[in-house]
Amino acid sequence: MQPLLRVENLVKHYVAGRSAGSRDKLVALDGVSLSIAPQSTLALIGESGSGKSTLALCIACLEHPTSGSIWFEGIDVAALHENQQRKFRPQIQLVFQDPARSLNPRWTALEIASEPFIVRQDTSKQERENKALELLDCVAIPRRLAIQRADELSGGQKQRLAIARALALEPKLVILDEALSALDCSVQAQISNLLLELQSSFGLTYLFITHDFAMAAHLADQIAVMDRGRIVESGPAENILRSPSHEATRSLLAATLPFTATPSIRLEL
Amino acid sequence: MRYLLRRSLHAVFLLLGVSLLTFLFSALAPGNYFDEMRLNPQISPETVAALRAQYQLDRPLPVRYAHWLNAVAHGQMGFSFAYNSPVAPLLWARARNTLLLTVTATLLAWLLALPLGVWSAARFGRAPDRVVSWTTATLLVIPDLVLALGLLIIAVRTGWFPTGGLTSVGFDELSPLNKLRDLAWHMTLPVIALILAALPTLVRHVRASVAEVLEAPFLRAALGHGLPHSKLLYGYALRAAANPLISLFGFSVGTLLSGSLLVEVVMSWPGLGPFLLEAILARDLYVVVGGVLLSMIFLVAGNLFADVLLYWADPRIRTAASAK
Repeated sequence: MQPLLRVENLVKHYVAGRSAGSRDKLVALDGVSLSIAPQSTLALIGESGSGKSTLALCIACLEHPTSGSIWFEGIDVAALHENQQRKFRPQIQLVFQDPARSLNPRWTALEIASEPFIVRQDTSKQERENKALELLDCVAIPRRLAIQRADELSGGQKQRLAIARALALEPKLVILDEALSALDCSVQAQISNLLLELQSSFGLTYLFITHDFAMAAHLADQIAVMDRGRIVESGPAENILRSPSHEATRSLLAATLPFTATPSIRLEL
Repeated sequence: MRYLLRRSLHAVFLLLGVSLLTFLFSALAPGNYFDEMRLNPQISPETVAALRAQYQLDRPLPVRYAHWLNAVAHGQMGFSFAYNSPVAPLLWARARNTLLLTVTATLLAWLLALPLGVWSAARFGRAPDRVVSWTTATLLVIPDLVLALGLLIIAVRTGWFPTGGLTSVGFDELSPLNKLRDLAWHMTLPVIALILAALPTLVRHVRASVAEVLEAPFLRAALGHGLPHSKLLYGYALRAAANPLISLFGFSVGTLLSGSLLVEVVMSWPGLGPFLLEAILARDLYVVVGGVLLSMIFLVAGNLFADVLLYWADPRIRTAASAK
């Protein structure tokens, strides 16, 4: 099947140090290639600082890669002009790690959920609010919370709201950038089940970024492991979990030992 | 509403405290206006004593303070020894000139600082931002006095601008339009000096506040919805960064009377600055106390104004205030 997203040899350098003299480069992405089939989930796993979030921002057209291409439905979005990118951006939406910072603390839940429609400018206020209320229903936020401000909601509710906002413009790809990491276990389970439901009812494709193998195993069809700006291992989720071949994969697996460890790994420790 | 009421009450008590302290310190400072007369052999000690009695300088301090407070409550501010007239009209005439200068300069400074700060924050760490950073840092370390003197030297050398004063000789015979032009011409240099003194601080604050919120994921999310970059900067980011800037604006308003003293003295602008300096040197007690009180009223009112603005601008403050 034709992949929805195909990233080819993506490179991103940052200029480190702000003083005028230094020209040190920070290599965040060092030739990353991956692809995601429509309506599937790819889990991107790696330690913090391995370049996962940079990759997410590049794919969502919020950072310009230094080189390489990002093919989305046959278009190289990395090569688009700023104006074209702006029109393209709604197709790929992000859900961020920290729900407290990803929602405007001055706005009510309803305002946040209807904000994406304001950007489009083609709907009346009434229509926008109706659509926003439907979105809140989709993510199971009670309607009585619609008038609450974001900073008055619980962590799980905030993350549901962030998901609702991401779904507003009917994106094809949703990037979940450590979207479950800041939540406690029971809420994590609720939200991950919600994500699975939404995926089957809306036909969504997920890029699920995490450092937690247990969650990846629960949600993903494919797993790619990232280490220092490179994909070091990728393949079907079960294969990677059963026989990890790269050192980075094994150390990440060891970190989630209680859920996924196999006897052989336990012996190595 | 109760929040604003409480704030206003605070302000009144603050002003009372300040007036008491100013009065105390000015009155307790050694010497008074009539000391110089006493050294003059042509004036008899009896005359000096009579004058002291007339101006009630022989009464105990609490009585004088009470008298003065009563006068303030009735819109007067005591009597000037040097001008032999009530203080309030004297102060008002000077304050008007000062406000003409500072209101213009403050408005222009903010109008320049907002776009410049946002523009710089949007390019944080890149070459244009570094140029802005260096320029503002350089301006920041130049003392206001040097700035004003430098501008004065330019005025003297080129003759493009007057070197002081409010209006030209023969101002009264000019047509209204030419009067305005003459006034603007005289205001140019002091206004530039005030803007150059205020701008670096404002730009740096705007830049820092906006740069900080630009990192916030909710702005990234808005950009991800397809929001144009300019709208993101001026609509979303500037509003999200507004709280510290509103407080700073309140402070700007608060220093409208007191912030330009130095520039006024250097550029001989007939405002509150030279007037107060003269009064301090002459120990013209009520003028000094009145001038300080007036500046304090502005400072307190500016902060109150900022509180009102914050209350209006941030729903979180509204809820927190009504919850109490």
